[in-house]
Amino acid sequence: MTQLSDVAVSSQIAFQAEQLSVFYGSVPAVKDVFLEIPKNQIVAFIGPSGCGKSTVLRCFNRMNDLIPSARVEGRITFNGEDIHGKSVDPVELRRRVGMVFQRPNPFTKSIYQNIAFGARINGYQGDMDELVERSLRGAALWDEVKDKLKASGLSLSGGQQQRLCIARAIAIEPEVILMDEPCSALDPISTLRVEELMQELKRKYTIVIVTHNMQQASRTSDYTAFFNARETEQGGKMGYLVEYDRTEVIFQQPAQQSTQEYVSGRFG
Amino acid sequence: MNTDHSVTENLPSRASQFKPNLWNRYTQDRIFAILSWGATALAIAILIWLLATILIDGLSTLNWNFIDSFASRKPERAGIKAALAGTLWVMGVVAAVSFPIGVGAGIYLQEFAEDNWFTRLVEINISNLAGVPSIIYGLLGLAAFARILEPITGGRTILTGGLTLVLLIMPVIIVATREALRAVPDSIRAAGFALGATQWQVIWHHVLPTAMPGILTGMILALSRAIGETAPLIAIGAATFIAFTPEGLQSSFTALPIQIYDWVGRPQREFHDLAASGIIVLMAVLLLMNAGAIYLRNRFQKSR
Repeated sequence: MTQLSDVAVSSQIAFQAEQLSVFYGSVPAVKDVFLEIPKNQIVAFIGPSGCGKSTVLRCFNRMNDLIPSARVEGRITFNGEDIHGKSVDPVELRRRVGMVFQRPNPFTKSIYQNIAFGARINGYQGDMDELVERSLRGAALWDEVKDKLKASGLSLSGGQQQRLCIARAIAIEPEVILMDEPCSALDPISTLRVEELMQELKRKYTIVIVTHNMQQASRTSDYTAFFNARETEQGGKMGYLVEYDRTEVIFQQPAQQSTQEYVSGRFG
Repeated sequence: MNTDHSVTENLPSRASQFKPNLWNRYTQDRIFAILSWGATALAIAILIWLLATILIDGLSTLNWNFIDSFASRKPERAGIKAALAGTLWVMGVVAAVSFPIGVGAGIYLQEFAEDNWFTRLVEINISNLAGVPSIIYGLLGLAAFARILEPITGGRTILTGGLTLVLLIMPVIIVATREALRAVPDSIRAAGFALGATQWQVIWHHVLPTAMPGILTGMILALSRAIGETAPLIAIGAATFIAFTPEGLQSSFTALPIQIYDWVGRPQREFHDLAASGIIVLMAVLLLMNAGAIYLRNRFQKSR
């Protein structure tokens, strides 16, 4: 049984969350999360709907800043640096921490422009054609689209669109890729391709993935965090982190009863 | 097994509680189809009748001479050159000023403004302004542009007329812009922000191009309204008898609706035919403008 402390050498930690809470208005969505995301690993967030796993994910690239009513408390460090500190700019942070969304959301532009946009706005000076090819190859999409780079990104199938979104994310050379249920809108074959891709990407990037699919979590991830929700006095739901450990521990010998019940499919 | 059995037993009795009543439902379909066909047919019939009367009255006097002559007291020598040129000048001012300001205000209110009492006050006022009678805008234009800003506008000029019409159609453009922006899915914005784009980069590169067809549709409607407006131009005191084409923004001017209004009010029958010819010219200009805007809109839609 490997404990997290094995990798808890600071240089190998990408993100560290300490007493992280997120509120929408005055209502807490998720409370008191302590979490470490090790580098070059795949970390899966699982749990029932409304447990705040997507909300926590969106803290890592400060996407919650864009929701006016959202308020983040606690401390998150990225490579040891407080991401809410003065020295960290959210726009710069989001270049280093890419994101892939639940539904494929390519821009209403050509495949080429979908990739080139992020690089261009972030001041990429190199050869754009080469970057587009490298990114599409990295997302295992090049062979399918190399003859139609001028075609609209929306002309691709759902699975191809999602890989285009991954290609778009890796084009700006992030250190971490956040994936918010990236396969929930895809068929099983496209899902498999994305999962294979994740194993490839892991060598270069740190990946945090939110998933409702327990098999996906157990197949793909190295670490798994199980979130759950409890009723609040106001009648809403508040998420909290139940257990976080190596994936095989979570799925085979979890410490908590509720984790055991969730991963064996008894609820949620 | 037991439950299966009871389910099958219950089926017939429950099925009898459904009365599909297909005949009635299809009849409703047909009635609604006939009603909506009737509404469309009525609208088109009125339009055709209108066009027919105008064409019958106006076609005989519509020739190049009519378009190339200035106003005259003699109907056989009177033409529409000054009014046509005036309308084109004024519409140029209206389009050039209203598009950037209206779209800009729409972008601010929809994308940048925080939701507070001030924004809501502005929103309510814009909606109300869309319903203000056009003569009121004419009086405002007279006071603000023709009198107070006379050093800039030069009094009752093209610029004054254009700016007055800009005020009139501004609410329409702002509301249309906001609707078009609201229809852009948030996932597009999220995708841009997640790549490290600033708010302006997201709006300029992704939100605006996606919303542009809708914005241009609003622009077409607004300009179509402005080109036919008569009351505000009369209120600011546009001339009805002008024997030259405008030479600049500070020229005095007349416009097609004013010229038509003037001719209609004269006792001689010949002038009424001239008015009909003028209406044909006005509609032709309107159609050309709309065609241009629709062409632009289709180009934006294709480039997606």
